[in-house]
Amino acid sequence: MRKPFVVLTAALVAVSACAPGSGGDKPKPKAPSAVSTDIAKAGPVTLTVWDQEVLGGQNEQMEKLNAAFHAKYPNVTIKRVSRSFTDLEKTLRLALSGANPPDVVEANQGYGIMAALVKAGALVPLDPYEQAYGFRKRFPAGLTQLNSVTPDGKSLGSGNLYGVSMTGEAVGIYYNTDKLTKLGIKPPTTWAEFEQDLATAKGKGETPIYLANLEKFPAIHEFGVLLGQTTGKDALRNLVFGRGGAWTDPSIVQAAQKLADWAKNGYFPSDVNAGKYNDSPGPFAKGEGVFLIGGPWFAADLQKKMGDKVRYLLPPPAQAGGAPAATLGGPGLPLVITSKSKHPDVAAAYLNFMTTPQAMDVVTQTGGLAAVAPASAQPTTAVGRDLSAAWKTASDKDILVPYLDYSTTTFLDTLGGVLQEIIAGRKTAQQGMQEAQRDYAAFLAKR
Amino acid sequence: MKPLPTETPGTGRAGAKPPGEPRRVGYLYVLPALVVYAAFLLWPLLHGAYLSLFHWDGLTVGTWAGLGNYTQAISDPHLRGTFWHAAVLVFFYAVLPCCIAFLLVAVMSRSRPRGLTFFRTVLFLPQVVAMVAVAVAWQWIYSDHGPINGTLRLVGLGGLARGWLGDFTWALPSVGLIGTWAEIGLAMVLFLAGVQKIPRELYEAARVDGAGAVREFFAVTLPGLRRELSVALTLTVIAALRNFDLIYLTTGGGPGDATRVPAYEVYNRTFNTGEVGLACAIGIMIAIIVFAVTAGVGRLVEGRA
Repeated sequence: MRKPFVVLTAALVAVSACAPGSGGDKPKPKAPSAVSTDIAKAGPVTLTVWDQEVLGGQNEQMEKLNAAFHAKYPNVTIKRVSRSFTDLEKTLRLALSGANPPDVVEANQGYGIMAALVKAGALVPLDPYEQAYGFRKRFPAGLTQLNSVTPDGKSLGSGNLYGVSMTGEAVGIYYNTDKLTKLGIKPPTTWAEFEQDLATAKGKGETPIYLANLEKFPAIHEFGVLLGQTTGKDALRNLVFGRGGAWTDPSIVQAAQKLADWAKNGYFPSDVNAGKYNDSPGPFAKGEGVFLIGGPWFAADLQKKMGDKVRYLLPPPAQAGGAPAATLGGPGLPLVITSKSKHPDVAAAYLNFMTTPQAMDVVTQTGGLAAVAPASAQPTTAVGRDLSAAWKTASDKDILVPYLDYSTTTFLDTLGGVLQEIIAGRKTAQQGMQEAQRDYAAFLAKR
Repeated sequence: MKPLPTETPGTGRAGAKPPGEPRRVGYLYVLPALVVYAAFLLWPLLHGAYLSLFHWDGLTVGTWAGLGNYTQAISDPHLRGTFWHAAVLVFFYAVLPCCIAFLLVAVMSRSRPRGLTFFRTVLFLPQVVAMVAVAVAWQWIYSDHGPINGTLRLVGLGGLARGWLGDFTWALPSVGLIGTWAEIGLAMVLFLAGVQKIPRELYEAARVDGAGAVREFFAVTLPGLRRELSVALTLTVIAALRNFDLIYLTTGGGPGDATRVPAYEVYNRTFNTGEVGLACAIGIMIAIIVFAVTAGVGRLVEGRA
């Protein structure tokens, strides 16, 4: 038995004896003149699109828009594959390194997915299509930046544009109007007022902020809002994009200290690190917590559970009516074109179609927060109007800072874990930020 | 009745080998199974071992790392910590369930309680339930508003109530206890089957000699269950070392790094951080540890070489 086994082993090793990942050439970007916008003449084309728009009205939004695209170009059939965000992002690497990837996918920004795909030459830069579709003109500069990567995949925030987003996200503060009335307070107009409200709520036996932080990443939103108060948007962008600064800078540690103080003062639920983030709307709607920090992803669920009793505001500025404070957010998951797509021109037309003001109408009608101004549609709910107004302010005043976990490939875990420890009082703000900085410095060193 | 044909060596057909001697045609018989085994187990194992020698992000061309990934897995305090957590889980998944199962079996073998089949079924049930359902149910049990904290508050121990899975000290034992709960049934069913083949006379003899319950257990039951213990330990230790689903579903490795285990890191490094080579190295290390532990259990418990 021994001999055949050895032969078998040798054969298996021989087959695998080449460096993993070799054999894929980087495609050359197209010249703008080679771009075709005449999609009707492209012949019968099947465009495979992978998206994660499965929650709430998102599914309807995609179905409507895909049908409209097919109606406009009957020769193009959209083959839609939709899966949850986690499933989609986990399978992208495998799918795009395979021989027959989808034409268009939704790829998350950051070093983990988008920059890694760019580095591998798996995505088509949209710059050759600029002349035809004007993607850069459609979005404010702050938003195109977040979908941009240098061609070597080493630096986020500059270089080529690789994706366009249909929706926007800004992390703000939801509040329960019933609770505010009961506490005798008004929606805060300054940050000092907000902190005063938190103290009032605590004093009257309420949980000031609902936070469920089992998954580590949620507290990054709280931390980001605090950073927006202590640190300027440019410094934060530079830090996240690896262009300068350190996580141990005084203003950063100050924000972490504030988070520690909030936790120590009992501003979060007692089981803060044990609650499941996606379940947050449930307890909040039942009255646990006066405020809830988060993005548009909570809106539909909260609206369904609380009706007009839930409203939303951007983190208030230092002075009433002053310049708005920076907060986390940016364009939603962008649509990108894969390099191995046989129909990049059709795919580009699809990206264009999905981000026109008319498409934004559909996004708004189905309850989404449109990335750019819709042609005519308006949100129908109070919280929807709040979000829409907040998004307009955020993109007009350019206050959005990328999610902090874009900093390194492991930062979601590192920073998330550190924040859990700071909230639990196991690490001081200074110790926690030193650990975050170690991960950050190690990543920058090998980048 | 026809008499069985008797064969004496050397008197059979010319060239025929004695029965029981290996013949080449034997390989043909194992071929179908071997092909499946090679394609789905040997090949991925070898390919994984091969990938573990590279720094590879899963997309671009990998670079040769030699044993770099292995030294990183051992020297990185975070990764080394995961192996320690796995050791803690072995206690909760293997040692504790086997002890409890012995206790149950000792009770059941001495006196046949009423409704034995019912208890046996109930205790084995966790083995049948899907791990996802188990995880979701226990998440609720451990949650701030769950029955554990409810009971604590009811008896005036509200100070001990906490979100168990979010507590740095208690998260790992809490996850471990889910494993204990799930594995007791397996160990118990194995032991019960084993006890039934221990001759009654041994128990009677022990009792005649004046052995009490404890003495009887160590003199008769335990030696009689060596093989079953070996099987139970092997299965539960493997379940502990490859534990991924429960961690992924209940804590995601948190809070902080408190419940990170090697198998979770294999997933995390492959799909989240793009360190495929390192993930493969950790996977191979788990495989080696499992082999070593299995061999060790066989030696220690069954006494075979």
